[in-house]
Amino acid sequence: MAVLVLLEFDASGIKQPSRSAVAAAQSLGDVHALVAGAGLADAAAAAAKLVGVAKVLTADAPALDHLMAEPMAALLVAMAPDYSHILAATTAVGKNILPRVAALLDVQPISDIAAVIDADTFVRPIYAGNGMATVKSSDAKKVITVRAASFDPVAAEGGSAPIEPVALGDLPGTSKFISAELSKSERPELTAARVVISGGRGMQNGANFALLEPIADKLGAAVGASRAAVDAGFVPNEFQVGQTGKIVAPELYIAVGISGAIQHLAGMKDSKVIVAINKDEEAPIFQVADYGLVADLFVALPELAAELERS
Amino acid sequence: MKVLVPVKRVVDYNVKVRVKTDNTGIETSGVKMSMNPFDEIAVEEAVRLKEKGVATEIVAISMGIPQCAETIRTALAMGADRGILVETDVDLQPLAVAKLLKAIADQEQPQLIILGKQAIDDDMSATGPMLAALLGWSQGTFASKLTVDGDTIIVTREVDGGLETVALNLPSIITTDLRLNEPRYASLPNIMKARKKTIDNKKPADLGVDPTPRLTVVRVDEPPKRKAGQKVGSVAELVSKLRTEAKVI
Repeated sequence: MAVLVLLEFDASGIKQPSRSAVAAAQSLGDVHALVAGAGLADAAAAAAKLVGVAKVLTADAPALDHLMAEPMAALLVAMAPDYSHILAATTAVGKNILPRVAALLDVQPISDIAAVIDADTFVRPIYAGNGMATVKSSDAKKVITVRAASFDPVAAEGGSAPIEPVALGDLPGTSKFISAELSKSERPELTAARVVISGGRGMQNGANFALLEPIADKLGAAVGASRAAVDAGFVPNEFQVGQTGKIVAPELYIAVGISGAIQHLAGMKDSKVIVAINKDEEAPIFQVADYGLVADLFVALPELAAELERS
Repeated sequence: MKVLVPVKRVVDYNVKVRVKTDNTGIETSGVKMSMNPFDEIAVEEAVRLKEKGVATEIVAISMGIPQCAETIRTALAMGADRGILVETDVDLQPLAVAKLLKAIADQEQPQLIILGKQAIDDDMSATGPMLAALLGWSQGTFASKLTVDGDTIIVTREVDGGLETVALNLPSIITTDLRLNEPRYASLPNIMKARKKTIDNKKPADLGVDPTPRLTVVRVDEPPKRKAGQKVGSVAELVSKLRTEAKVI
């Protein structure tokens, strides 16, 4: 039986976490990819090019715009009989829709998997990643969200899957989209960036986050923050890296003025190389850092920007 | 309107958890337990709705071993009016919790149920949307702001790229994100008052629900440890090592 992956997309194509979900799904069966929303020609074409996708299904309807959970769950439940597994990335969209699908199918969802053992057995983090639980599902059908940082995304170019529309049944209208305030940034998305530089409470205020900008520019990095910095109002919520924010695993993660609370480490400790800059040499962040610099960040950051500029 | 607030008893967020040496789970014996932090935010929001005259009664619900009554008492001390404890030894997973909560909602007929967006023990982040599905209600997950306006609730949600605002037809399920509010500490007089509030005891069978888990935990392992790194003496040394040793820039 084939497996179904719900894809997310924006103007630049299929989002990287969704491509990681396709990667996780590949070992479970032929991958059918669903793109849903209103006006899908570009997204469907982008999905068809993904490596590892056997077929693209499109659900094009005004009611599905903004991927509201109520109609999206109804759509996925109607499609479920043809699939052994239904997957999406562990994103705000995936976490909103997939548990709703699971409940309607009388299935216990398997959230945020980090590895596939076999068709019934998966590894997922618990307690902010302080334990890795291997769980086996007794449900006939599996509903799964995928920790994108744990699976290398499939290539965005190279495939040529056929595109088919799916039949749309009744879609509930109990919720209505009003508005979105999405941050407009020239920088890569946190979960897709090769380099991430994050600031913590040590940044002292939001204006000081400007000190991270020249470094991020030079390295093509996304800018993140610890929960403490978000709670203090230095930067908006979408910057938060951690157990309850975004999980990232870039090639290089630079933590600046971040002490390294467990909940922050849970969001970045799978990064390939970790750099910590903190004036407190006892800060727990140094226990996970490959390179630690004990320094006043207000001195070190301008120096770092200059050093990167030099060569 | 009546508001239900489910609250979960979890290992306190300050505790450094350890995997049991036999790899069957996390060590919880002798460990400090508290209300799930996101559920505290849910209780606080319900109490604020009552203070604004929107909510008329707040019912706090917990499920599990008898000690979960302490978690309900905490909610009562914060301002909930009464409690319901569903007592069971079974390892309750989100599907079972959602079914039990649906059965209680069918009896209590609330207009709003506010839950934490995730529990910090299993990190499933599933129960809220699952309950919404079983009840056929609208859902506003990861809420950072909510306003009740007649039979509609306007919810600002924390999504990956920023914020999204939706209008939901009541009855609704809300799940709380960190920035929704800052929970109060219960005052001593309110802790005393909470002792006199009632907690009803129920069993899953009373609610017609089979709570048998669908996921079996095969084993729990320690996450891979990172090797201890090195301290560098200067920014120049850092940049040099990132270039020539780690080769990431």
